[in-house]
Amino acid sequence: MTSTSDISIPQIELSHLDHLWFQVGGTLCNLTCHHCFISCSPKNDAFGFLTSGEVQRRLEESVPLGVKEYYFTGGEPFLNPEMTAILELALRYGPATVLTNGTVLNDDWLARLRGAEERSIYSLEFRVSIDGFSPETNDPIRGAGTFVRAMEGVMKLVEYGFLPIITAARTWPMEQEQGVVGSFCKMLKGAGYSRPRLKILPTLLLGAETSRTCGYAPEERVTATMLEGYDQTQLICEHSRIVTDRGAHVCPILIEASDSVLGQTLAESQRPFALAHGACWTCYQYGAICSNPSSGAKDA
Amino acid sequence: MPEHRIVALFGGIYSNHLALAAAIEDARRRGADAMYCLGDLGAFGPHPDKVFPLLGEHNIPCVRGNYDDSIGNELADCQCGYTDPRDNYFAQISYDYTLANTSWQNRTWLKTLPGEIRFELGVANVLLCHGSPRKMNEFLWESTTSTQFLEHLADEYQADVICTTHTGIKWKRDLSRGRKFINVGALGRPENDGTANVWYTLLTAGNGEITVEFVPIRYDHEQFAAEMRSERLPEEFIATILSGWWTTCLEVLPAKERRRGRY
Repeated sequence: MTSTSDISIPQIELSHLDHLWFQVGGTLCNLTCHHCFISCSPKNDAFGFLTSGEVQRRLEESVPLGVKEYYFTGGEPFLNPEMTAILELALRYGPATVLTNGTVLNDDWLARLRGAEERSIYSLEFRVSIDGFSPETNDPIRGAGTFVRAMEGVMKLVEYGFLPIITAARTWPMEQEQGVVGSFCKMLKGAGYSRPRLKILPTLLLGAETSRTCGYAPEERVTATMLEGYDQTQLICEHSRIVTDRGAHVCPILIEASDSVLGQTLAESQRPFALAHGACWTCYQYGAICSNPSSGAKDA
Repeated sequence: MPEHRIVALFGGIYSNHLALAAAIEDARRRGADAMYCLGDLGAFGPHPDKVFPLLGEHNIPCVRGNYDDSIGNELADCQCGYTDPRDNYFAQISYDYTLANTSWQNRTWLKTLPGEIRFELGVANVLLCHGSPRKMNEFLWESTTSTQFLEHLADEYQADVICTTHTGIKWKRDLSRGRKFINVGALGRPENDGTANVWYTLLTAGNGEITVEFVPIRYDHEQFAAEMRSERLPEEFIATILSGWWTTCLEVLPAKERRRGRY
């Protein structure tokens, strides 16, 4: 870790590009969730889709850099008409994870993807965002009718032999966590998903979430002192970058920030990043918030 | 740096002294001229001190695993890297038992173990570590580790053969220029395949290349289960020893590995 001239804003160096993300769905989404940290919606085209050609070029670029895993996000990735082909392609290069709201999945795509995963030595992970264990707890955040539609997507994935990771943003008080997790598991098992997988994320006080709750206070920032003795591998920017239609950015959370574009090539993007944002503080607090559980959590 | 021809590699032992004894006997019978352990001597099973005399009597050098690091330094947890509350609940039961039942002498010895061991096998430079060469508790699963990442590790750590354990499930992949990555599996518990046997790995040098053989080990797992029960270890752990299916530490499995199991 080095410091800028302002010693209170530490810079984090990329130790190795383990995780390469793709903003494959841009900022377009069929839903308009109240807590979305980049305000994705059916009308937000600030970031566009990535084409399969663009993804292939980046995958090729990633090989000599030794990238370990690939993640695909949006917006809603499956609004991208090439999404199935993109995942089929990615599974030839490495493990792939796609973050979806589960509401637009169809049988043809899932049959193709099931076949692609079976042919690959790598896992294809689906992370499905559902923010409550019932329509009453989910729909006020994600929109009317979205719980039922997302659960239809989950069960379709299960039907095709996938084991989706249900991803929920923590919109409840921490003291209710155990009860909420229990309710999620009970609901999923009741629906027929016999071994549910669950990932709870902290909310990020960015985008639409600033209207739902609040933004970050000026003092909610990571300082050099806070990093003393801290396991920096928990920070996304220490081991990840994300590609959008504008270039290579530091992390999936900050793509809208003007300082997040670190270069046009992946090699250029491998420079240090200053932890100047409130979201860096959330990343610092919770650690590994974007990675899959199979990546592990704590440092030895 | 020592040179060998046939080497037996033991992954996580997890206090399974019966499986370790059976594996040593098997490796001797197959002509192994050296045996190594890749760490995590304790965990999961009963009577952790029973493993140490076997390692000493048979001159088996050990790499330091995350469990060894935690027990040796009396840390608060095993540093396994689980993220799920249920996984962590059972991991803590296992850790607290192992810490309380490992002698001061053995805890002190664990602290002295190296993070990696290197040796020559034929023309190959072999690197042994616990999780990965760069991080003791890194999970390198077969289905979530790209080949280009393994090539990067082989380049970065200048090894022809990299051997790990930590995940508890064996696998291997051939890399460029005849190099290899191997997860040697674990002796401590079955690998979530519905059989009670456990696995170790045999490397043999010959004709300018290294042959990798995964060796199944049958041992008296019912006796081991009885010992676990007498120590009041969780029934969930005992069920795994008897059935071969993992019942805990499941959430850390990637999709492909999880799908192969029952739970």
